[in-house]
Amino acid sequence: MTRPLVEVRDLKMHFPIYSGLLRRQVGAVKAVDGVSFDILEGETLGLVGESGCGKSTCGRAVLRLYDITGGEIVIDGRAIGSDPQDRLRDMRPTMQMVFQDPQASLNPRMTVGAIIGEPLSEHTRMSRSERRERVEELMDQVGLNRAFVNRYPHEFSGGQRQRIGIARALALNPKFIVCDEPIAALDVSIQAQVVNLLEELQDRLGLTYLFISHDLSMVRHIADRVAVMYLGKVVELAPRDALYSEPLHPYTQALLSAVPEPDPMLAGQKKDRIVLQGDVPSPANPPAGCNFCTRCPKVMEVCHRIDPAFLEIAPGHWSACHLHDPAHRGTVEAGPEGTDNENAGRPARREAPANGASIQQGDAT
Amino acid sequence: MPQGDTGSEAQNVLDVRDLHTVFRTRSGEVHAVNSVNFSVKPGELLGVVGESGSGKSVTMMSLIGLLPSPPAEVRSGEVLLDGEDLLKASPARLRDVRGGEIGFIFQDPMTSLNPVFDVGFQIMEPIRRHMGLNKRQARDRAIELLDLVGIPGAAGRLGDYPHQFSGGMRQRVMIAIALACDPKVLIADEPTTALDVTIQAQILEIIEDLRQKLGMAIVWITHDLGVVAGIADRVLVMYGGQIVEQAPVHPLFNDPRHPYTRALLKTVPSVSGARAAKLQVIAGQPPILGAAPSACPFRDRCPLVFDRCHQQNPPREIVAPGHDAACFHPSARTGREVAEASA
Ligand SMILES: Nc1ncnc2c1ncn2[C@@H]1O[C@H](COP(=O)(O)OP(=O)(O)O)[C@@H](O)[C@H]1O
Ligand SMILES: Nc1ncnc2c1ncn2[C@@H]1O[C@H](COP(=O)(O)OP(=O)(O)O)[C@@H](O)[C@H]1O
Ligand code: SF4
Ligand code: SF4
Ligand SMILES: [Mg+2]
Ligand SMILES: [Mg+2]
Repeated sequence: MTRPLVEVRDLKMHFPIYSGLLRRQVGAVKAVDGVSFDILEGETLGLVGESGCGKSTCGRAVLRLYDITGGEIVIDGRAIGSDPQDRLRDMRPTMQMVFQDPQASLNPRMTVGAIIGEPLSEHTRMSRSERRERVEELMDQVGLNRAFVNRYPHEFSGGQRQRIGIARALALNPKFIVCDEPIAALDVSIQAQVVNLLEELQDRLGLTYLFISHDLSMVRHIADRVAVMYLGKVVELAPRDALYSEPLHPYTQALLSAVPEPDPMLAGQKKDRIVLQGDVPSPANPPAGCNFCTRCPKVMEVCHRIDPAFLEIAPGHWSACHLHDPAHRGTVEAGPEGTDNENAGRPARREAPANGASIQQGDAT
Repeated sequence: MPQGDTGSEAQNVLDVRDLHTVFRTRSGEVHAVNSVNFSVKPGELLGVVGESGSGKSVTMMSLIGLLPSPPAEVRSGEVLLDGEDLLKASPARLRDVRGGEIGFIFQDPMTSLNPVFDVGFQIMEPIRRHMGLNKRQARDRAIELLDLVGIPGAAGRLGDYPHQFSGGMRQRVMIAIALACDPKVLIADEPTTALDVTIQAQILEIIEDLRQKLGMAIVWITHDLGVVAGIADRVLVMYGGQIVEQAPVHPLFNDPRHPYTRALLKTVPSVSGARAAKLQVIAGQPPILGAAPSACPFRDRCPLVFDRCHQQNPPREIVAPGHDAACFHPSARTGREVAEASA
């Protein structure tokens, strides 16, 4: 039985906004605002959503690259949500990150060998020759020619630079890797190379991924389960096939319908396409009620007042929308205790996963 | 061999023939555009696809003198706009054409919108210059244009500066500016690449709508095959500074003939239909364009490569009505099944 390697509960990451002469805090950007999910060992959880919805912040917060505002994170059995940074040092090898822009994340003045070997010198007591050997082994693993070990990042193409970033992330034998838009900067023909590499490495090394991307077709390819974010919250979470064939949340439906089909026959049929109007509101000032209520084609009166709870609608298929909540469906009246956000904390129903078991049913691979 | 046009050439609003553009850099020449031929008819939407560095932008910028020279040098060719060769036009005439008869939209509106002028000024300026309207008339037209591209409360936003618009709204402003003087040709270079899919869907909807209303020719550059499948009438595929395949949109997707196009279509996953266990890859890297091509630019990555491909650069040849491909392999002439059998 696979167990969750990563458990995230009610994660919040708010960035303070300061203003005025005294730099007083006048508000906060609620970049991540109460997010819960599990990732099983060996699984890939896709995290999708429009730019600015909080995907990167979520990924970085899970790795504790930030001091989080609230919630808990458990990785490999250890709760790290409130650990101070110096206590996290021994956890760092376990959890790694691959970044979007291989150019910006590689030090241009270091050789490829030094870049890949850096975590080894920082976290291990390997000798020079052991390090060299490990670097060469890593280069083999990601398909980089060993002969290039003394070259500099600018001498490589975008796809090869991403391989360097992946090799460095693998150096310390991590269990969990957050891949933040690892293919967004690459050409179509190169994207497939990198995605296949990530999949091969996962099979070979038993890695667990949080795969962040705005590319819904690529996420359908790589992910076992998918979480959809909108304005700091996960609005839907489901096994991959269920999410793509039966999206429940109106935002997921709109997002999927906006993806152009690489087939003119299908493109012609997409006449019932849902085109969302307007832009995403600012996370510093989210609307009252449901975060999606300013753009939702199915918005109801209740949506402007009450934040929908994140409920398990079908086994393993979670959604935060009043349409699926028997308590509010189509009603004009508020629920019993109808003020904002109170729902989220209400214990009664199958709500925001209180224990790992319920949230990972379905497509456990 | 320039071909790939159905119907008479007289109908073409834009006709590009044998275009060659070279950059002279310190580390040598870059042959960015090699013998490119294409044309567009009024009301037609021509999609241009190809990976980055394949020469899409340089081709379009060469048409209306947008490349800095040096380092760029348009070595040869003709660019006929309604029969007039723009490569021979005076700088003054070219300034007239830009933003007048040919409208441009770029990927990043922030680099082409001027941050220190309000949006109203930036739309009205070309209208007054190219169309000779007075201030009042230009203002009315600006409001009409912003309305047309779906900017709510258009009249109230003329005084706003570019940074006061979201990414999607800025791209709408760019479209409004490009359309300001009723261009005959609109060239859009990756106009939605930097936008989210939901915003892209809004822009694509506007373009579809405008096409019906305005009947101009559109050249739409993108690396997103999905976008092309949805909006294009005809498609050019570029690789290594050349057009390697040209076809109406349905045959291009259903019966691609060039090995590169075939491979490209297989590498892109979709949000519907069957899900492949493994993505197809095109191994290797695109070519370095250090010299004029003397062999097939795809030879290092082509599964069908044979002797001849190393010795000659294949010309574009007609493989089906309105459909041409630049490939020596017999399967380019016979279609899909045969290709798979021999691959
Ligand atoms: N360090 C920061 N300080 C303040 N705001 C931030 C910071 N990082 C991200 N944000 C804001 O948080 C929101 C979510 O950003 P991000 O996580 O990068 O979104 P995504 O990765 O989905 O595009 C955005 O509004 C962004 O501007
Ligand atoms: N200013 C320049 N100097 C030298 N080479 C350039 C310059 N601009 C573009 N190129 C080269 O021209 C080729 C075509 O580029 P481009 O047309 O921008 O490709 P695309 O738009 O298809 O991504 C590339 O190899 C690129 O490196
Ligand atoms: S809760 Fe209301 S506004 Fe929110 S997604 Fe559901 S229907 Fe739309
Ligand atoms: S000419 Fe040769 S190398 Fe080029 S695409 Fe055709 S078969 Fe491949
Ligand atoms: Mg991000
Ligand atoms: Mg370009």
